[in-house]
Amino acid sequence: MPKDTGIGASPKRREDVRFLTGKGRYTDDINVAGQAHVVFLRSDVAHGRIRGIDTAAAEEMEGVIRIFTAKDFEGVGGIPCGWQITDRQGNPMQEPKHPILAEGKVRHVGDPIAAVVAETRDQARDAAEVIVADIEDLPAVIDMKKAVAEGAPLVHDDLTSNLCYDWGFVEENREAVDRAISGAAHVTTLELVNNRLVANPMEPRVAVGDYAFHDDSSTLYTTSQNPHVIRLLMGAFVLNIPEHKLRVVAPDVGGGFGTKIFHYAEEAFCTFAAKQLQRPVKWTSSRSEAFMSDAHGRDHVTKIELALDADHNFTAVRTETYANMGAYLSTFAPSVPTWLHGTLMAGNYKTPNIYVNVKAVFTNTVPVDAYRGAGRPEATFQLERVIDMAARELGVDPVELRRKNYVTEFPYATPVAVEYDTGDYNATMDKLLSMIDREGFAERRRESEARGKLRGLGINAYIEACGIAPSQLVGQLGARAGLYESATVRVNATGGLVVMTGSHSHGQGHETSFAQVVADMIGINEDQVEIVHGDTANSPMGMGTYGSRSLAVGGSAMVKATEKIIAKAKKIAAHLMEASEGDIELKEGRFTVAGTDKSVAWGDVTLAAYVPHNYPLEEIEPGLEETAFYDPNNFTYPAGAYACEVEVDPETGKVDVLAFAAADDFGNVVNPMIVEGQVHGGLAQGIGQALLENCAYDEEGQLLSASYMDYAMPRAHDLPMFQVDHSCQTPCTHNPLGVKGCGEAGAIGSPPSIVNAVIDALHSGGHDVPHIDMPLTPARVWHAMQGGAANLGSAQPAAGSGNTTHDRSVGAGDTATH
Amino acid sequence: MAKVTMNVNGKSRSAEAEGRTLLVDWLREGLRLTGTHVGCDTSQCGACVVHVNGDPVKACSVLAQELDGAEVTTIEGMANADGSLGTVQQAFQDYHGLQCGFCTPGMVMAASALLKENPQPSEAEVRHYLEGNICRCTGYHNIVKAVMAASGQQVEPVAAE
Ligand code: FES
Ligand code: FES
Repeated sequence: MPKDTGIGASPKRREDVRFLTGKGRYTDDINVAGQAHVVFLRSDVAHGRIRGIDTAAAEEMEGVIRIFTAKDFEGVGGIPCGWQITDRQGNPMQEPKHPILAEGKVRHVGDPIAAVVAETRDQARDAAEVIVADIEDLPAVIDMKKAVAEGAPLVHDDLTSNLCYDWGFVEENREAVDRAISGAAHVTTLELVNNRLVANPMEPRVAVGDYAFHDDSSTLYTTSQNPHVIRLLMGAFVLNIPEHKLRVVAPDVGGGFGTKIFHYAEEAFCTFAAKQLQRPVKWTSSRSEAFMSDAHGRDHVTKIELALDADHNFTAVRTETYANMGAYLSTFAPSVPTWLHGTLMAGNYKTPNIYVNVKAVFTNTVPVDAYRGAGRPEATFQLERVIDMAARELGVDPVELRRKNYVTEFPYATPVAVEYDTGDYNATMDKLLSMIDREGFAERRRESEARGKLRGLGINAYIEACGIAPSQLVGQLGARAGLYESATVRVNATGGLVVMTGSHSHGQGHETSFAQVVADMIGINEDQVEIVHGDTANSPMGMGTYGSRSLAVGGSAMVKATEKIIAKAKKIAAHLMEASEGDIELKEGRFTVAGTDKSVAWGDVTLAAYVPHNYPLEEIEPGLEETAFYDPNNFTYPAGAYACEVEVDPETGKVDVLAFAAADDFGNVVNPMIVEGQVHGGLAQGIGQALLENCAYDEEGQLLSASYMDYAMPRAHDLPMFQVDHSCQTPCTHNPLGVKGCGEAGAIGSPPSIVNAVIDALHSGGHDVPHIDMPLTPARVWHAMQGGAANLGSAQPAAGSGNTTHDRSVGAGDTATH
Repeated sequence: MAKVTMNVNGKSRSAEAEGRTLLVDWLREGLRLTGTHVGCDTSQCGACVVHVNGDPVKACSVLAQELDGAEVTTIEGMANADGSLGTVQQAFQDYHGLQCGFCTPGMVMAASALLKENPQPSEAEVRHYLEGNICRCTGYHNIVKAVMAASGQQVEPVAAE
């Protein structure tokens, strides 16, 4: 039976009311009295030397307050990177400076050259247009392989090459992997591109800086997934403002998907300029600006080899990946192709030997960093594609090949440094098969063929590492921050309570689901619990929301703090009832003494805590407020099985997604409605990556997909209704809620389902196409069907930042449009 | 600059507008009605949809000065007289048709325009009508359900547990 309250129920979301009535308070809705507006003049070339910036005419324009260029930032730090990778030789990665405004050179289209502060946004924009930036064009490096070739132009003149790092993982595995591959009965090799994407939360980024003269403090309102992280990075590394003089507020945030994790130059600019000018300064990104200034995602070019023995056991996996960093290192960029990708290369399988090599490369493109899934979609895509390919080459059932190699005993230590605590991959596969009527597929295929269409079925598994945390582990791996989470629970005298969490909600519905957990633990109504987040002034130091960590880490901190509250409240209750503390039970909001009919209500105890007339003052302090920090000892490992049915029009190459089913194991579930919504959204983004979305550059580094005219966002008519299930639940063994995280699963698991299904469809029509690079646009599919030009290699102008090795083209002019 | 007056959500409202001021900026900046959002600069996302003289319009695609005297309804004018959520709004909450809420005002305005035109749309008709509104969060699944439920059609309950 569905519950109607507490953990496991799906109450309506409380935050919806303000969003549905236009009363949400997003950053752009905040206007501080006296604010000025900034517009950035951005580079329109990918690489160039700044010979001079003439602002004289612009300064005379109406409303202009001041124009800033790099020289105004002497003594100010660069935008820091939060993760340091150590390369195969044990050396630190190359780490160039990332100035707030371009210094000496511009390094990508969109690199900010000057900032105009004016009374209105229109005046600032008008003035920015008359600034004359004298820029000498330099040859741009866009293609990753060319970027690391001898003699390539340098993105950063002070670095020795464009190679950020060459990383091997696990280096000690390498020889065993090479041996296993050379001695294998069968080796399947696949070269592929994981296409560059733009996260595109619907709310563009906004920053408002404010400075208070009376106490010399700064406030930044910003569209962030993690206000405390911004406070730390910007305060300590860029502007030298102590944290007690800096407040960062991230109010309602209109989606993040990773790209709002990072500390951006515009945030530092607004905070800095507000103090300089003694006026609030506001920046609102346009969508066009977002395309060239929000960190992009993915952009890997990979070769993967899967070795099998004669019984089809996987014996080794070896991969080589080129990962695009863009022109500067964004906050977590170095960790994405390494620790968030290499550690997942075991997938759901007990492959004994795995070696991952990653070369991270600087190019004259927008920085690349985490986007929904971050590294794990790239790992899953390679594995689940190469396994499907192997099954086809060997003539075996792709589901059976997976099952044969599934990890079935837990805990399981992979050869790539992580330990899966629990899981049941056969259970999610069984569940999936029960959802999709695989037996009926042949009949459905015949029916499609009768209409002149090719039908395909794609099935795959996935695993991910979520609840991004263990501070000590990530510290060893190069993180420059801890990754715990915090919560303060403040109970009021009349029994209601406020939870101040370090997690941040930007669509995930924490205000509802977190309240369910606390209300359930105490046995009070959910409307007595208020969840507060997004303001460093009122919540303890928190690391924010990404990596599906909110409930697993932030929720656990909240549970710990609530446990402390309950423990103290029991002491008070024991005193009030003159009973021994050990006999006190809390049920449905009442404290009882075991074996008696004595009881006091929750509200009596909270009142006593603040009006301590009859109170054990010699033992405990008055008041009822507790803080907890939670730092788990492992990641969590959600896993599942996905299936997709597509129809391909052989005349046009157009792919229609007819059905999509997802069977996930997220461990315990607090709010099924919210969990399902998260999966839906993830699936849409994964299907978007597979069929529609592509961030394309030309050879000169011009961004070809810089608006919704050229970047194909999934729209309602591109997607089917989804079948989702989360009834297979193996609770996480190391957090108090037994939860694993669900935010990224859909985006991680779905791209291989789509590509597997399209390849299956093409084979059914006699087209022996081994692989097509995403996005599977009609042009690409059609070319592949015409015999071999599967990746448009020479059929199209070589273009695209992903077009780096293996002669793969990531499709300039090949984006689907609406 | 010129003073522009419109009937907004049933009340006569005035604010200054330059010749280039878009309706969406006039609403957001001039009237501080910040429920109407801006998600793009190419009139393709639908976050800014309002009703002008009864028709759905992307408020980023029209100039405020040209609409002097028009009747405009924004998301702030969609609740019932007693303040409770209107039918479409309520269905979005009931069927979890929103996550971050940023596309939501435009979605609600577009969906209610659809239901006025076509009171019992099919799933395909809903998807087709909403193609000018981008949502990055929901995958549209629950938006489609919410719109169909708002039209009085039977849909699967939210979260099949
Ligand atoms: S803001 Fe109007 S369509 Fe995007
Ligand atoms: S709910 Fe976030 S964009 Fe639609």
